[in-house]
Amino acid sequence: MDWKRKHILGLSDFLPDEIEFVMDTSRSMEEVLSRDIKKVPTLRGKMVVNLFFEPSTRTRTSFEIAGKRLSADVVNFSSSGSSQSKGETLLDTARNIEAMKPCILVMRHNASGAARFLSRHLSCSIINAGDGLNEHPSQALLDLYTILKVKGKVAGLKVAIIGDILHSRVARSNIHCLGKMGANLWLCGPATLLPREMARTGATLTNDIREAVKNADVVMTLRVQSERQKATFFPSIREYFRMYGLSNNIFSLAKDDAILMHPGPINRGVEVTNDLADCGRSVILNQVESGVAVRMALLYLMAGGAHVAD
Amino acid sequence: MLLIKGGRIIDPASGRDELGHLVLKEGKVDGILPGDAPEEFAGKVIDASGMWVVPGLIDMHVHLREPGFEWKEDIRTGTKAAAVGGFTSVACMANTEPVNDTPEITRFIIDKANREGSANVLPVAAISRGLAGKEMTDFTELSEAGAAAFSDDGKYVANSLLMRRVMEYARPFGFPVLVHAEDPDLAAGGYANEGWNAIRLGIAGAPAVAEEVAIARDILIARQTGGRLHIQHISTRMGVEMLRMAKRAGLNVTGETAPHYFTLTDAALEGYDTNAKVNPPLRSEEDRMAVLEGLRDGTIDAIASDHAPHDDSLKECEFSSAACGIIGLQTTLSLALALMKEGTISPVRVVELLSASPARILSLRGKGTLAPGADADVTVIDPETEWEFRREAIMSKSKNSPFIGWKLRGRAVATICRGIIRHEAARGEESF
Repeated sequence: MDWKRKHILGLSDFLPDEIEFVMDTSRSMEEVLSRDIKKVPTLRGKMVVNLFFEPSTRTRTSFEIAGKRLSADVVNFSSSGSSQSKGETLLDTARNIEAMKPCILVMRHNASGAARFLSRHLSCSIINAGDGLNEHPSQALLDLYTILKVKGKVAGLKVAIIGDILHSRVARSNIHCLGKMGANLWLCGPATLLPREMARTGATLTNDIREAVKNADVVMTLRVQSERQKATFFPSIREYFRMYGLSNNIFSLAKDDAILMHPGPINRGVEVTNDLADCGRSVILNQVESGVAVRMALLYLMAGGAHVAD
Repeated sequence: MLLIKGGRIIDPASGRDELGHLVLKEGKVDGILPGDAPEEFAGKVIDASGMWVVPGLIDMHVHLREPGFEWKEDIRTGTKAAAVGGFTSVACMANTEPVNDTPEITRFIIDKANREGSANVLPVAAISRGLAGKEMTDFTELSEAGAAAFSDDGKYVANSLLMRRVMEYARPFGFPVLVHAEDPDLAAGGYANEGWNAIRLGIAGAPAVAEEVAIARDILIARQTGGRLHIQHISTRMGVEMLRMAKRAGLNVTGETAPHYFTLTDAALEGYDTNAKVNPPLRSEEDRMAVLEGLRDGTIDAIASDHAPHDDSLKECEFSSAACGIIGLQTTLSLALALMKEGTISPVRVVELLSASPARILSLRGKGTLAPGADADVTVIDPETEWEFRREAIMSKSKNSPFIGWKLRGRAVATICRGIIRHEAARGEESF
């Protein structure tokens, strides 16, 4: 198929074919990464700007490595709101960056819809690397890639996503992505963080982690931010772990070959126990590894790239 | 001297809905002539055949932004937009800079309006000093300076004791207390209706219950104190229902809604359209239907625009940083007329909602009626002509409207304020 998209803002309007195409392209990229020299000249002379308005280590680094493996010039622009605190608007900041002629802008911002907003005002391509509570498409694509790599398929698999669904862009993108690919999705969390309207996504909702994990093929736990406790979404971290933390006991309810995923960074002992995070069925580091290949694929597709084998 | 001849004169306050000729003289309504129009008339004549002739429309909820935010709007441009939209009077809220919490500011607004305005301006003074929700303003002094009512609009009087004292203190004077009903704790900083659309888009939600709890409290305080309560911009189903209950209980409580609450729902947020960001937020279809029913059955007394100008820099930005508000002075009449086409309300009820009721709620003498001796505030409405609301035709300094590009039906073709023609559209004229 031909890649038609100029931007990757979210997966809500992606077609299954497009997702498949990203997966295929990611496999080619993984092959590149398995070579002795893990670098191809595909994006030589093209500039990728990582424009991050929120702190991020792994996503930014992953995009940076992906760009460098493709020989793009990668520039990181981090601003934890600093230029905006000086009174510069997001639009002005982005216009300034665009004046320096990047090919692709990879952006993260704490406002939902920020990437879509800039896509209406800038002429370069934009990859959304996380916008507020809305979407984090590259994370969901790398999660899918990881599942496919281990399981060979996703259609019909029971995937349980556990934690702060309300505030999670990872959950939203995964609901779109895994849902479109035919997964049997279960969402689980305390009632305050799992809005009932989420049932309209077609996922099954439960507040009982046992029910969610039972016979699951994939268990994905989400990061819980401690400030949510201060905002009274749940009584204490201690009680959160007791009810929604993934322990050996709970995980044993899943299928024997179930895998454990987490988008990171992990709060050990909050979302998941220490030993479980490191156990053989944890694919948390595989997710990070897949991330580079998937992001290479996205940059490649967005740049309308040449042959990978060059 | 002005003769408006051949129109359908709709004046609910006098129980009138008939063809006739309206004569204005020395800034007052002189009378209505039945039968054939006089052949000779010593003054200007406006041909209103096929038009409605109604008491000047009153928008009891606008933000004119002056003093303090003149780059968004000022008294001159805001009242010009009012005149073009058919309004002869506007009640402007107190959240200016400085806040209208002193007689000096109230007088400044009135003086400025008298010098530069195209409509009557009725300043609404703050309930609390600096809108801080702590101490009451000097109600009687502000009233003597010309304040038409009191409101901390934009902010809820969160302190229940202060609200009780305000209602109690104001009661003997009959001052209307207008409330922005929103429990800030329950709203929790959300800026879209809590529900599927906000969840889908990842926008922090403000639940309907934040408005409903606030309305319930203030109705109960009105019951306790006997004070005169008016609930601003009602947007929720249970908000309408509680107003209905309050009226059944005989309480001195009234309420208004804005066109966006009966025209749009939170589906308008699609694509993170910042022009659909408003407080209270656009609600669900169920809420919209309840607001329509409230307008139909008389529960909701008035339609007000909540005209809230914001310059492009506050709307051309990411959704969470965008300011809340919609301009409405030039679209409110047409959107109200659209209810008639849907069969929700009658022409008489349109005039009630936009003129007679606001005049009653604000105790405006000589306004909201065409009875002889009333102020010569008149709006001539063409209820049929279709027109497009275009950005270039916006008289406000700010252009923040989700209705730009909409095809609307019905508009004001002449607006006469204190006997002076402040707006007159050529017959059949498309540009507006």
